[in-house]
This record gives sequence, structure tokens and C-alpha cells, in this order.
Amino acid sequence: MAPDGHGTNGFKVVGTRPNRPDGVDKVTGRAKFGADAAAPGMLHAAIVRSPHAHAKILKIDSAKAEAMKGVKAVVTRADFAEGLTGENWNILENVMASDTALYDGHAVAAVAASTPLAARDAAKLIEVEYELLPHVTDVDKAMGSGAPVIRTGAADKSVPEGMHPNVVRYHESGHGDVEKGFAEADLVLEDSFKTEATHQGYIEPHACLAQLGPDGKGEVWCCTQGHFNVQKVCAALVGTDASQLRVTPSEIGGGFGGKTVVFIEPVALALSRKANRPVKLVMSRSEVFRATGPTASTSMDIKIGMTRDGKITAAQGVFRLQGGAFPGAPMEFTAMCAFAPYALENVHQVGYDVMSNRPKQAAYRAPGSPMAAFAVESVVDQLCNELDLDPIEVRLKNASKEGTKASFGPKFDRIGLVETLEAAKAHPHHKAPLAEGQGRGISCGFWFNHGGETAVSLALSEDGTVSLSVGTPDIGGSRASMGQMAAEELGIPYEKIRTTVADTATLGYNEISHGSRVTYASGLATIQAARDTVQKLCARAAAKWGIDEDAVVWEDGCAKPSGPNAGEFEPLPLARIARSMGRTGGPIVGHFEATPEGAGVSFATHIVDAEVDKETGQTKVVRYTVVQDAGKAIHPTYVEGQFQGGAAQGIGWALNEEYIYGEDGRLQNSLFLDYRIPVASDLPMIDTVIVEVPNPGHPYGVRGVGETSICPPLAAIANAVSNAAGVRLKELPMSPPRILAALAAQADG
Amino acid sequence: MQYHTPGSFDDAATIAAKAEGVTRFLAGGTDVLVQLRADMVTPDVLIDIKHIDGVSDIAREDGGWRIGVAVTGAEMTEHPELDKEWPGVVEAMDLIGSTQIQGRATLVGNLCNGSPAADSVPAMIAAGASVSVVGPDGSRTIKVEDVPTGPGRTSLEKGEVVSAVHLPARGDNGGDAYLRFIPRTEMDIAVVGCGVNLRLDGDRVAEARVSLGAVAPTVLLVEEAAQAVIGTTLDAAALEALSAAASAACKPINDKRGTIEFRTHVAGVLAKRAAKIAYDRAGGAK
Repeated sequence: MAPDGHGTNGFKVVGTRPNRPDGVDKVTGRAKFGADAAAPGMLHAAIVRSPHAHAKILKIDSAKAEAMKGVKAVVTRADFAEGLTGENWNILENVMASDTALYDGHAVAAVAASTPLAARDAAKLIEVEYELLPHVTDVDKAMGSGAPVIRTGAADKSVPEGMHPNVVRYHESGHGDVEKGFAEADLVLEDSFKTEATHQGYIEPHACLAQLGPDGKGEVWCCTQGHFNVQKVCAALVGTDASQLRVTPSEIGGGFGGKTVVFIEPVALALSRKANRPVKLVMSRSEVFRATGPTASTSMDIKIGMTRDGKITAAQGVFRLQGGAFPGAPMEFTAMCAFAPYALENVHQVGYDVMSNRPKQAAYRAPGSPMAAFAVESVVDQLCNELDLDPIEVRLKNASKEGTKASFGPKFDRIGLVETLEAAKAHPHHKAPLAEGQGRGISCGFWFNHGGETAVSLALSEDGTVSLSVGTPDIGGSRASMGQMAAEELGIPYEKIRTTVADTATLGYNEISHGSRVTYASGLATIQAARDTVQKLCARAAAKWGIDEDAVVWEDGCAKPSGPNAGEFEPLPLARIARSMGRTGGPIVGHFEATPEGAGVSFATHIVDAEVDKETGQTKVVRYTVVQDAGKAIHPTYVEGQFQGGAAQGIGWALNEEYIYGEDGRLQNSLFLDYRIPVASDLPMIDTVIVEVPNPGHPYGVRGVGETSICPPLAAIANAVSNAAGVRLKELPMSPPRILAALAAQADG
Repeated sequence: MQYHTPGSFDDAATIAAKAEGVTRFLAGGTDVLVQLRADMVTPDVLIDIKHIDGVSDIAREDGGWRIGVAVTGAEMTEHPELDKEWPGVVEAMDLIGSTQIQGRATLVGNLCNGSPAADSVPAMIAAGASVSVVGPDGSRTIKVEDVPTGPGRTSLEKGEVVSAVHLPARGDNGGDAYLRFIPRTEMDIAVVGCGVNLRLDGDRVAEARVSLGAVAPTVLLVEEAAQAVIGTTLDAAALEALSAAASAACKPINDKRGTIEFRTHVAGVLAKRAAKIAYDRAGGAK
């Protein structure tokens, strides 16, 4: 779909900053989150989790728990569907272990009781007998010889012969001849990097209320990024028809990819079916850390060749990702994003998906890409330092543009990388002097963005107001931007539209709110549904006036004759047509269903200043600027919020956040006390620059912005810290002990 | 679980002496309730000491201060005089937790929780603070450094309860300071903590107490570190000697919060930095 007549100008509502529709609910506490759902006769559930990293489950004895007062049901794997295959089997195995606990925190049983405390006490009375198995949690160790095998036969056909059975998928891509390219370089640098797993750290723990009757009909209320996916997966896991299960999403207290996954809803449904009562299940923070989906941890090797004047002649990368006890670590994204900002003649990338005794990884903003940027952009920074070249000029010299054959294959359509680099170069931050002990870091980042199945419906009320129903949970302000796009098309005020995230019974299938797809895909569908509505409004006017439908145009919220030949009629506002719609043909509803495929990719350039205390290894981020291509910013405040949010989470990932496993394979830091996300006082004000290079695949030029913003921070901060400390940091997080150790190692020569 | 609200420390001690199972005294509850919620410690007997007269008072005593067991961090920070005399103790307490926690957390709770990383404890030890203890066999006074005996353990006997903290008279030409290292800027637990208390004679250090937290099973009072600065003007050589003595006293562990090497090194760094602040506060900079 090509951009239509709007261009980037001429908008009335799009590009303005109206109040968010969920604002009052959220600041007054009226908003209903996952744990706010309640039903008459509701029970409360608790999950029994493995304290071991890897153990055979010999016996589960729930007799004592079932004898306890108030306990209504206990479920184990036997209470779920049998005979599942493929990803459904993987999900069920993660939701409830069968014969082996695969990681610390793996669910092995669950109980429902009349109070939360009774459920917790009953869970302690369920006796599980384990036989400990050897475990492995590090990616390099997990693919090394002698590593304990997580599961035989999990590898797919892509894996070359001779690899350890824990290597379950393999990826290779690129073009040209890297050896020839390295030979043409004046300087070739090669280095290895590691990153630890991090968690999305959403403030709201997973929560749901579920009900499933003996007739196979059920309801789920939950916090999720994709209720249609919850419907599909839960139906398969508990063995009922998808259409018999209605799923309603709650407000969501953060997701960032971590709520694209199903963990507790099938458990609550199975308990509900057994007890024949509604069952509420709310995770504790510790459960969230131990048993939801953190990122993959990585081990990466990068080699890049550059000429004296800054031309990259060849690049290659090897990316090993540990994604927990199941296949799925996003190594192909890591490999494909790694060199995407660079127009390269010779590039080659390899990825390994490795299983270990950790929870099944899940998406976290641009899954796999931030780690790749960390490794690649660190080496580019080193090359710039050693060849005494400006890091922005080098990136401009090698930048991918429209028509560039991407490192991952296809040719780029219109993209805005150069524009973000030019804007970064022009920003005062780029030339601002640095104080003693400070260093500056630059990095680019890339994410694909996504379209996906989308259905939207737009209904008029008799008073001329509009109900817009979308099927993508609002994780980044989409109700506001959808309302703005509908208002733009209909020519009515934003305030006359209420956007609702509708349940699974209301709309056709909507893919999860992921891949930065919502403003793009649901937005496109909203525009098309509004245009469908406009066509119907014009038809009513045409009928009233007795003229052809194509002789009616829609302008400023009114049907008007298209010109003098069409006849002389007073413009008919939307509200007047709506008032009489019952008599003129019935309800007016516009809708649109499609799988849009024109999600434009997005690039960003970040500039960071960091100060390092060389006596303690402490880092302070003193200045941060995000420059990113948004295509077209529908609601600029939300776009800036996404930019800042990505940077803030990136700062945490770069400096202090990490999954720490003990020798026993248990997670050591399953609370926010020791899983150190940045607090407000750790962050500088994060400056933002919105670049708008329209996406040809969206009527207004929108590109998704939610994910690209977390791609450059790890690298930009690592470059800033390394330049400040005078030593290259190659492992994340760059915690104070790591920085001091690097300084000490450098001093020792 | 039994919950008691005694009206006197004698009653509290009597209840505790007779209690069966896990017993906890409850003041602010910022450790007890967190440990309860996290399934770490589920007390059988909970004795709330906030209903005893005087537990929320900060009062003059022998030229120093008597601080009640339920006095919160926020009350210490807001006190008009305490901060002028013992800024190190007040700033140490003020570093703990969030604004909300500051409205509940107490010195005595921080001490009796037995954590080697407790922020207020090195500051109290450096200040030369002591506590009154009431038990079934009467009362006694203990120096703060003699209370902790290991992580989560104290020298208090069954039935004994701390009834007040005593800070000595500040006197002239004295100053104290507390610094801790955390990877973030707040809401964290000390990876290393250091309290320094100095008294000057002219520009020379006449008396010194140096205490380190989170570098051993208990908070340490480091005599060698004090000796390194006594008699000096806290010149560069004295600071290096102080740093070396502080590092040498460390017996830390590797854990999720820091490594042995890191803690040992940073203890020396903090000792220098805290000593300089204490020296300035004692009037040494003038």
C-alpha cells in the first residue's frame, strides 16, 4: 500500500498530543489490571515449583494438601491435554512439567483453595520426590562436550552433524566473500563478547481469572499482550474448542515482549475445570523472575575489516544464544540484525540456538538485536579509535540506504538510517565537551518491525460518537493513536471516539501486540475501517440526496456533493447521518481485516556520555540522546516515551541487570532488590529526536517504534564506558566489579 | 502465630522468654514483614514493641542521645539537632530503603536483623554507640559492635530485648561520616559500607574509630585502620595507610552483590573518602 495524498503534512489530528484515554483511570486507581478481576465463588491458586535446575520427577503426593481445609483441587500434568506436538507441546511442557523439571522454578503441580493463604500453605504440603540430574546454565558450557543433555531429539534439521544435542537450531546467512574482504582491509579486528540474560521487568506480575465448565465452555480474564493467542494456546492445552473460550484482556502493567507468552492461564483453567469454580492465579515477583521468559544470554565472536579511510571491507559474526530448556532463542534475529546498518559487499553470520537449564526465553523488545549491536558496534568503535576516525562519519560512510542489499538478504526499501545519523551529527550533544572521567559512545540499531493478522471494527452511535474496537492490547499508547487516526479519517474530534481493546468474541483473530506492529498494523486497519465507514456514510447521503454514491465526497466530517454537477446540497455532518441511520438502512459499522505486510524497518542512532569512577567501577550515565526514525509519529509524546523507555531499559541491561545462577543452578536474585533495574535517580533526562522518513507500506508512513529504541543502548553505553575507563568492556552487564576487574587486568598488562 | 503488644520492656522480655518456636520483636517491620512475606522466616510469636512508652523519643542523655527503639529513619533525619552532632549516623540510617521505608525503619531493627550489610551499624560502631538490653535476669548495656555475632545472629539471649540506643556526647572537634557502595543510586543494599569517626587536636587526628560493613560475617571495628590515621593530619600517606589497613581487615565472600576482590578494594577506597568527610566535619579543613 503506497502512502496516500496526506504526505507528512496536512494532518489535523495526527501529530498532535491529545490526552491519553487511559490516563484518568490509571492515576486514580480505577484501571483494572490482571489481578483486579474477581468472580463470585472464586478460588485462589498457587503453583508448586521445582527448586532444582534439573531433576527427574519420581513422585508427586498431594494427599496432605487435598486433606487440608479449603482445598478444592490439585492438578498435575495428567490434567492437561495429551498428544500435543510441536510448539504446543513445548508450551505445555513449560507450563507444567511432565517427567522432568528442566529449570529452577519449573511448575510441577498446582492447587486451588478458598483463600490465597490456604493455597500457599497447601502448595507447601504437596510432596514431590526428585532425582537430581546434572545441570548446565552457561551457553558456552551447554554446547561444549560433556554438557548434560537437556533433551535428546530436540534439534531440527538445520543443525550440522557432530554438534552437541543441546544445539537445536542453526542459522547461516550473508553474501560476498569475507576472506577476500578481510584481505582488502587495512585493519582487521576480532573480538568476543558475552551478555547475561535480563528480564523485561514489567511492574505487573502475570495474573488471570479463569473459569472452565464441564461443558467445555470457558472464560479467561488476564493481562496479556495477545488474548487471541491465549485463547488458541489455552484451548489446545486444556483440550477444548478455541471458540468456546472467551478471553478478555485487562489493562497491562508492562509487557515488553514478556507477556506474549502463556504461563498460568492453562493452569487456572485446569484447576477451574476440576473444582468447577472460577480460579484466580497471580504470580509473585519471584515466580516472575524464575519462571517466565527472560532474554537469551549470548556468547558472540565478531570480526570486521576496515580501510584506513573507514570503509568496511568485510564483517562476520558468530552468535551463540542460550534460550532455556526449549528451542527458540532468537539467534537468527541476532545474526540478521547484527550488520543491518552497514552496506556490505562481504558479510557472513552464523547463529546457534542452545538449550540449557534455564526458563524458556521470551521476547524482550527487538529479541536478539540489542546483543548483536553490542558486539558489532563495540568492534566498530574500536576500529574508529584505532584508525582515529569519527564514529558518526564512519557509520555514514557505510550506512545502508534505499536499495542496499541488506546483510540478511533482501534489498532495503526507503529507510531512514542516514537521516538519524545526520540528525545525531547536528545535535548539540554530539559536539558537547566531555568532563574529566567521561566518555562518549555512539551506536546504531536496527529492527525489522512486523505486520501480522489484524481485524478492526468501528461502529457509530446515534449521537454521532464512535466506538472503535481493536484486538491488540494497548502496551504503548495505541488507544490514543488509533483514536487519532480514526478522527483524522472521519473528520471528527478525537474526544468523540472511544477505543476499546475488544475480547476474542468481538473481532476476528488479531496477532499479539508484538514486533512493534500495533501502530502500524492496527493503525492501518483503523484507517481502512474508517474509510469503509466513510463510504457507508457517503452512501446514506447519496441516497438522501438521490445522487450517485461516487458523486459524494467526505470532507471535514461531512458528506458533501463532489462538485457543482452533483447538485447543490447542504453538507451532512456525521452526527446527522448517524442520528437517522436506523431509518436509512440500519447500523453503520466499518471494518477491516487483513495481514498487512508493509511494516517498514526502523533504524536509530544513540549518543551516550558516561562517567566512570575508576576507584570503584561505578558508572553514571550523564547524558543520553535517542535519534530514531518513526516514519510518522502519530502521537509524538508516546513516540518519545518509547524512545526513552528503550534507552532506560537498555541502561539497566548494560550496567547492572543480570540473571545470576549459583553453582547449584538456582537463580540467586529473584527479587527486584538484587535484580537491579535502574531507579529514577540512576537516569539522566533522556533527550529524543523524532526523524520522519515515511514508510511506503502505511497510508500515513508509520513505522513501529517500540523495539528499535532498545537496540543501540547496550553498545552505545559500552562504547561510552570503555572510552571513559580506557579499557574495552566485552561482557554485560558492566557491573562495578567487572569494570574494576577489567581495569586491574589492564594494569597488570 | 501469636501477636503480642506488651506495655513495658519487662513484659516484652517475659513474653519472649516464655515463647515457643520462632520469636521476633516487631518495631518498623521492614525486615520482619518482608521475611514473612518471602517465606524466609514465619514467626510463631510476634512481639510488637511499639506500644511501650518512650520508644519513639529522641532525648538528651549525659550530653549525648538516647534514641528509642521505634524511632524511624525519617524522624532521625528531621530531628533539629541530631544531624548536627552525628551526621554520619543520621546519613547512614537515611540511606536505607525508600521514603516509605524511612517512615518505618529503625536503628535497632537494622542492628538486630544481624546483617553484615546493615548501613546504620558501621556508623553506630564508629560513633561508639551502645544499646540497653532488658532480659529476664535484668538489664545490661552492650557496645553495638558486640551485638552481631554472624549473619542473622546476635549476642542477645533468649528473652532479651533492646530497649534503647545510646549515642555518646559529641564533644568538641569531632566529626563522623558514613559511605556505602551500591551499584545504583538508591534502593539497594551495601556491597561495602564504611563509618569513620574522628576527633582532632588542632589539625591532627587525636581519636579515631573506623568500622566496615559487608566485608565480613559481622560489621567490623578496625583498630589498625584507626591507628593508621591517629597522630596524622590525614595527609596522603595516612590515607594510603588507612586504605591498606581497611582492605587488610576484610574477610568478604563472593556473592550476587560483589566479589572478594571488589569488596576488599572498595573498602579501602571508602575508608579514605569517609575519613576525609569526617575530618572536614571535625573542623580539619579550616
